Amino acid sequence: MPDIAIERRSFLKATLLAGGALAIDARVALAGTAGEAPVALNAFIRIAADNSITIGAKNPEIGQGVKTMLPMLIAEELDVDWAQVRIEQTHAAERLFGPQVAGGSRATPVNWLPMRRVGATARSLLVQAAARKWGVDPAGLATAGGVVTHEASGRTARYADLAADAAALPPIDPENVKLKDPAAFRIIGRSIGGVDVPAIVAGKPLYGIDVAMPGLLHAALEVCPVFGGTFRAGNLDEVRKMPGVRHVIVIKGNGQAESLYDGVAVLAESWWVADRARQALDLQWDTAGLEGFSTDGYAAEAAARMGAKPDAELARHGDVEAAFAAAARVVRADYSYPFLAHGTLEPQNCTALVKDGKVEIWAPTQNPEPGRKLVAEALGVPPEAIRINMTRSGGGFGRRLMNDYMVRAAAIAAQVPGTPVKLLYARTDDVRRDFYRPGGWHRFAAAIDGRGRLTGFKDHFITFGQDGKPIRSAQMSPFEFPAGCVPNLAYGQSLLATNLPTGWLRAPGSNALGFVFQSFLDEVAVAAGKTLPDLMIELLGEPRDLPWLPNAPALNTGRARGVIDKVCAMAGWGKGARLPEGRGRGFGFYFSHMGYFAEIVDVAVSAEGEARVAKVWVAGDVGSQIINPVNAINQVQGSVIEGLGYALSGQAITQVAGAVTQENFHDAPIPRIGDVPEIVVEWVITDNPPSGLGEPALPPVIPALANAIHAATGKRIRSLPITAEMLAG
Amino acid sequence: MTITLNINGQARTIDADPEKPLLWALREDLGLRGTKFGCGAGLCGACTVHADGAAIRSCQTTIADAAAMKIVTIEAVATTDAGRRVADAWIALDVPQCGYCQAGQIMSATALLAATPHPGDEDIDGAMAGNLCRCSTYLRIRAAIRQAAGAGGAGA
Ligand code: FES
Ligand code: FES
Repeated sequence: MPDIAIERRSFLKATLLAGGALAIDARVALAGTAGEAPVALNAFIRIAADNSITIGAKNPEIGQGVKTMLPMLIAEELDVDWAQVRIEQTHAAERLFGPQVAGGSRATPVNWLPMRRVGATARSLLVQAAARKWGVDPAGLATAGGVVTHEASGRTARYADLAADAAALPPIDPENVKLKDPAAFRIIGRSIGGVDVPAIVAGKPLYGIDVAMPGLLHAALEVCPVFGGTFRAGNLDEVRKMPGVRHVIVIKGNGQAESLYDGVAVLAESWWVADRARQALDLQWDTAGLEGFSTDGYAAEAAARMGAKPDAELARHGDVEAAFAAAARVVRADYSYPFLAHGTLEPQNCTALVKDGKVEIWAPTQNPEPGRKLVAEALGVPPEAIRINMTRSGGGFGRRLMNDYMVRAAAIAAQVPGTPVKLLYARTDDVRRDFYRPGGWHRFAAAIDGRGRLTGFKDHFITFGQDGKPIRSAQMSPFEFPAGCVPNLAYGQSLLATNLPTGWLRAPGSNALGFVFQSFLDEVAVAAGKTLPDLMIELLGEPRDLPWLPNAPALNTGRARGVIDKVCAMAGWGKGARLPEGRGRGFGFYFSHMGYFAEIVDVAVSAEGEARVAKVWVAGDVGSQIINPVNAINQVQGSVIEGLGYALSGQAITQVAGAVTQENFHDAPIPRIGDVPEIVVEWVITDNPPSGLGEPALPPVIPALANAIHAATGKRIRSLPITAEMLAG
Repeated sequence: MTITLNINGQARTIDADPEKPLLWALREDLGLRGTKFGCGAGLCGACTVHADGAAIRSCQTTIADAAAMKIVTIEAVATTDAGRRVADAWIALDVPQCGYCQAGQIMSATALLAATPHPGDEDIDGAMAGNLCRCSTYLRIRAAIRQAAGAGGAGA
């Protein structure tokens, strides 16, 4: 199999298909957002005889709007009308399509230029074909709505009419084609509804859970309530005899949460039947050595470790001890936050068929390729023997970056070769078999000098790890703000052990670090007699890039300042009358996923301790262009409500004797419609390449809320979730 | 056991356990997969359908009970006047993100408008309180209901 990552040559070629349709296949180099090895992207466009245009959408759609956005980029430069365009989801094949990950808000920065280049090159090929056909100079030709016009003679040709001529031309190098001036955009920047929305509204079966085919069996899977437990024995024969049960299958684990744990699958022609039989299973598990893990245990150990020397030093600048010794004032506070689940509304599921040494998979996944590798390893089949079809996903939020459901469905299907099997997690299992946002603790101290300046800063971060390293999504960057902006600063880190698998939750890391750092900086600001926006502006200083990890985008202090000024102007920060008793406003800023967001929350806290957010102002800078405004606003509002949910809905995953205690939306709640405030969003447009919007609006709303509660009540929120007891009286 | 259900104006006979929830009968026995499974416990509203015009959770309704009622699902709701206006408003305002909750949202919104053609904000929040949207499209849901109500002609 040719390795396209090595063949980096870019080209675009056209081929005539049966029936006169034109196939345009392009390969363009994709630069990583930050210095990763470039890889190739193969994109396709099909122009049918009726001049309708089909564009391949290559990335998984999880609700972020990418299935609409990426084709918009091609259609813009191709100069076709959006109404002519049909979108087709490609299957998973990174070898062909380049990265197909829905994660890290990266689809926009990675694809912004390459996708436009594909469209522009295809257009240029069609223009050349028309010029040749008519014997005119291509410079005299214009395009619009899928039609080439020779302005001097008034001659026109639909793209479809140029198919044979275009197919006869040699391939063109997309790198040499000129892109449109943004002032001429007709599709980019216009609000375009999601391509699947009419089908969603009509109740069409688009999702992984909707996959259907003749002979399909449904599987319900029982696994050990304690992560990592191994199967000993159970009443399998009894359950085999239950009405409707077709198979009861033991799955042997390999100890990897993202692959296989021991489990027992019940198969039936109905999932409801299978799941009812699963509930009749009485299984014995070996959980030796795993039952010591508990939420209370973690908290006790963190409290004991906080005061001790950190296991490792993450960052040290200047002379921290001297700064604290010379301080006029020292502020100290401890912060913490819990484990969180994802709770995608479509529970994890996957359909698999193993037949004649081949595996076919239908998966709602954000990240198909690692799943292919895990399935290949678990089943002992070559990766090329696995075809992965990507369905629409009923939410992702990082949960579907993991592919446990894919490996498990394949492992079950491997035991009934020739029969397609759809595995669906019951909600309880979706809650209890997650890859959780890890909890964490921070002991902060800040030194303020006689002139109210922040001169020293310390954080001891207690997180989860193994073999001396933080586990997945439990890291903190040594450059976490305010590093680089405070002369004397030290970050230390200590690790606790857990048996809970951890994973990425929307704005991973940032969704917790934003809360603790911006809340503590608000304490510092108040102690120094300022507001947080003033302190931030003072710390950010002159416009420049702050040091950051290699290959990661750096925080530009000028762009940060831009959104801070903007949101303060939007909300009239620091102006206007004093708010009534129990009302307050708070501010938060955070930079993540290349996006700059500053947010202000207006909250009212009742005497009973109920916090109600009345309004949120959001200013965001994601570069020079908002590609699809209607979707951009939806993403930002969704991020803000989700962030408020982490703080106010009572979300916390807790563990007793190794097992997660939550079950369903009653004890793992998410916001409901009545909880939702007014949310005003405005953009700061800057001369920077556009970046993504799936995540960066989330982190700042949590500290903005905590700081607003302080302004309203004088009470500091130093741990999440916020409860009425914390605020009452 | 065979049970005859009235689904989207048609009599449909299936052979299933009378305790089977209507949700699974729709999805598995009748091929109507627009109605979604979210929680199986009456907590999320993804499975909402109409039973004699009222929004109910089909995961909590057995087919034995459903047999006595006229059931309308997302696949047919737009054939009613309120349903059509709701669906149009959902498309016009681009409400969905992942879209998974939206069948349930549309069913609840349509039942609301059929009973209360000009709902206030409290009516909206009350009628929609049982429908979770993990993507948090709530602001657009509210706006789309208002728009659909406005498209209903004269009234309060
Ligand atoms: S699936 Fe019925 S309420 Fe959630
Ligand atoms: S649109 Fe995703 S759950 Fe509502």
